Amino acid sequence: MSRLGHLGARLYRGEVGYDFVGKRKIWYGISILITITAIVGLAVRGLTMGIEFEGGAVFTTPKTSATVAQAEDVAQRASGHDAIVQKLGNKGLRIQISGIDTNKSDAIKTELSKELKVPAEDINADLVGPSWGDQIANKAWTGLIVFMILVVIYLAIAFEWRMALAALVALIHDITITVGVYALVGFEVTPGTVIGLLTILGYSLYDTVVVFDGLKEGQRGLTKQTRFTYSEMANKSLNGTLVRSINTTVVALLPVAGLLFIGGGVLGAGMLNDISLSLFVGLAAGAYSSIFIATPLVADLKERDPQMKALKKRVLAKRAAAVAKGETDEPQDAEPQDEAEAETAGAVVGQRRQPSRNNRGKRR
Amino acid sequence: MAAPKKGRRPAGAQGRPGRTLVLFLIAMVALAGGMFASGHKTPRLGIDLAGGTSITLKAKAEPGQEKAINKANMDTAVSIMNRRVNGLGVSEAEVQTQGDRNIIVNIPKGTNSEQARQQVGTTAKLYFRPVLTVAAGTPTKPAPSTTPSPSASKGADKNGDKNKPSSTPSANPSSKSTPQGRALTDGLKADGKPSPKTTPPGTPKPGSTPGTTPPTPSGNDAAAVAKLQKDFESLDCSTKESRAKAAFGSKATDTIAACSQTGDAKYILGPAEIEGTDVKKAKAVIDQQRGMWIVQMDFTGKGSKKFQSITGKLSKQQSPQNQFAIALDGQVVSAPSVSQTLSGSAEISGSFNQRSATDLANVLSYGALPLSFEEQSVTTVTAALGADQLHAGLIAGAIGLALVIIYLVLYYRGLALVAIMSLVVSAILTYVIMALLGPAIGFALNLPAVCGAIVAIGITADSFIVYFERIRDEIREGRTLRPAVERAWPRARRTIMVSDFVSFLAAAVLFIVTVGKVQGFAFTLGLTTLLDVVVVFLFTKPVMTLLARKKFFANGHSWSGLDPQRLGAKPPLRRSRRTPAAPTDPKEA
Repeated sequence: MSRLGHLGARLYRGEVGYDFVGKRKIWYGISILITITAIVGLAVRGLTMGIEFEGGAVFTTPKTSATVAQAEDVAQRASGHDAIVQKLGNKGLRIQISGIDTNKSDAIKTELSKELKVPAEDINADLVGPSWGDQIANKAWTGLIVFMILVVIYLAIAFEWRMALAALVALIHDITITVGVYALVGFEVTPGTVIGLLTILGYSLYDTVVVFDGLKEGQRGLTKQTRFTYSEMANKSLNGTLVRSINTTVVALLPVAGLLFIGGGVLGAGMLNDISLSLFVGLAAGAYSSIFIATPLVADLKERDPQMKALKKRVLAKRAAAVAKGETDEPQDAEPQDEAEAETAGAVVGQRRQPSRNNRGKRR
Repeated sequence: MAAPKKGRRPAGAQGRPGRTLVLFLIAMVALAGGMFASGHKTPRLGIDLAGGTSITLKAKAEPGQEKAINKANMDTAVSIMNRRVNGLGVSEAEVQTQGDRNIIVNIPKGTNSEQARQQVGTTAKLYFRPVLTVAAGTPTKPAPSTTPSPSASKGADKNGDKNKPSSTPSANPSSKSTPQGRALTDGLKADGKPSPKTTPPGTPKPGSTPGTTPPTPSGNDAAAVAKLQKDFESLDCSTKESRAKAAFGSKATDTIAACSQTGDAKYILGPAEIEGTDVKKAKAVIDQQRGMWIVQMDFTGKGSKKFQSITGKLSKQQSPQNQFAIALDGQVVSAPSVSQTLSGSAEISGSFNQRSATDLANVLSYGALPLSFEEQSVTTVTAALGADQLHAGLIAGAIGLALVIIYLVLYYRGLALVAIMSLVVSAILTYVIMALLGPAIGFALNLPAVCGAIVAIGITADSFIVYFERIRDEIREGRTLRPAVERAWPRARRTIMVSDFVSFLAAAVLFIVTVGKVQGFAFTLGLTTLLDVVVVFLFTKPVMTLLARKKFFANGHSWSGLDPQRLGAKPPLRRSRRTPAAPTDPKEA
């Protein structure tokens, strides 16, 4: 761990680092590829909608000696519809019948209890009308859109519109990937999945916001110096907050992993599993996007700003002059000059701190 | 201790942590005390954890009346449904609105869920029916003198046998003090003319001509009439269930035997003359002149005409046939007498108190609701599965918490202590507040809510990480711990506020626009996000400030998680000094 702490320090000071912003084209490419795959998957395979969205019934029995085939047979006879039967971890059965009316369910339940020799009051039933899922989905869409609008407004005020835009792109990116994974793997979409998906909203942004906060700090007084362009600064602050991002992501994923393990491994299926699965996928995508997509995107947008363009010109001019003078101080790519940069590191850090120190003075 | 390089922190900022902490802990203990005092020591469990049946209904407006789905109408619908479900002997069933157009009915384990489903699934029907006969609410031997002939109007040919034999008469005639109940003492008259001299309610009008009135029985109905008569005689209104069953599901055109809602009277009622939808609105008001509660009602255009004609007819009748019954689901809510022809707006007066007047007004308004309800989902969970799910949720939570703690200890070492304490405080607060919210706002912990709480462990811990990393950054700058803790705070605070705000926004939006299970999840997430802010501000930060004074942390013990050497702090800017003498053991772990 101390090694990690040390790495954190070196990242913080910019001694080591990965050029996220410089290599952004690669990551954009990868993301676009993943997104296209997700969309194609969605278009071709579609989502496997759970019973909640189709209408139908799910019966869960306690431990029983009846076999899957037996239960399937009984359920089909009783309902006149196809039934999907699964054996659960606790030796119970999960019998899923789609397309039946909610008011037929009691009869089917009675039949099941008779044939499978399980007392009727021990059978769990989940009956869903065909429009329930639509309602949940509609509400989810409304929620998604309202949230996106609000959060873009908020981020535009708290940070600036470029960051808000980048955060939005990252968010859409995460959701597309998550949905794509569902389409490609064929996981069943249930209200639990929708809950998980909607939670990603807040969570994926949490990461992004942490990174942007570092970015905002770094850009203070940026135009008053000629050492770094915006992109370089962005990359530096990204590397500086990398440990933080990794830690927050890991810590967020751990409880979800616990849920997934229990929900999937012990209970077999159900709400816990559905929520945690979509959360897990979404969180992972969220961590990736806030580092590889959101920040580089902000840098891209920022570099179009006339002020930043001017800054870049000045920085490059200064560097050219320095090269002409034969000086070795040319911070361009992070990797080749780890050593060369080491001595300037202190000065760099000082610079970053300087403005905020002034700020503090004002506040107190 | 290393040179306090930037020692210009105002000392006051560090003087307060103890007080903040004590106040916070006192508040926490007070909350917990409140929980124990209120007797709700565990959060109320939702149907999916405790077992039971949960029914979700969706309101559908009648065509052209889309605006009818509004809060007031939904609330009326809920109160009526509550009355129906709980009237059936289904105890503790809970009816609430959810979202803008859903009603959730939760029926705990052990009650007849099928019957309840039937009850809430069918639309309540409100009719105004003329009263033909009245009697005390227990099985009667001789029919009251006025009876002979229940209706022969248009619906008579297909009535009688529609009435299911009523429930078995119970042997104990409950001797209520007022056999004729409130209903009979109600009087009905034209609105806006509160003339106190109108006929005393329930008394036949002296000048009325009985001869013109009662419907004559036609021959072929004789059997049906006889049957109805028999039903009526054996009808027992003493139990809630029998009252509900008496005329439940009868048609508007039927002549029915029905109970009053309180069970103290029973009636034979003619076919419905006015439907609930003919009522435009109704409200309970105090009549200023007489200082009593009355119910005012307005009819729609069509309704007023019908009302005018029926009151015209009824006002000429003898008691009790000058009454009409307001029957909801076949139970007579009120049966005011009519003394004059009335038009579009009318008022019902009698021995109302605020509650009974409001009740009646509600019933009348509900009848006017152009809403019907559709079953959206029905979930039945056995107590065994509920317990399993709760268990699984708790285990998952424990595993999640343990993993987070292990990670924090490995990475942050001594600092993890602060994080763990904060997590524990958060957990206690969450638990206590959930337990208190049960009785306060009807919060019930369901499986998604448990999930939300588990996911929240991560959010809460993230705040600490943001703060810790900030502190470490400051130490890397060469600061000693005390200034580092103070300097890191404003920045960490901003990051935490912004990101928690985004989380909270997500939760709030989810809570407002979604329904059902999503809402429970959003609620917990929002609650824990708020608590996260509270805990970080009032607990974590003061504790950090206090700990920064302890040698173990301030000297950067290698297990404190703040060892400047491990963190790779630059030597202090005054080049003469080296990093503080931590127990040098750099190879370890």
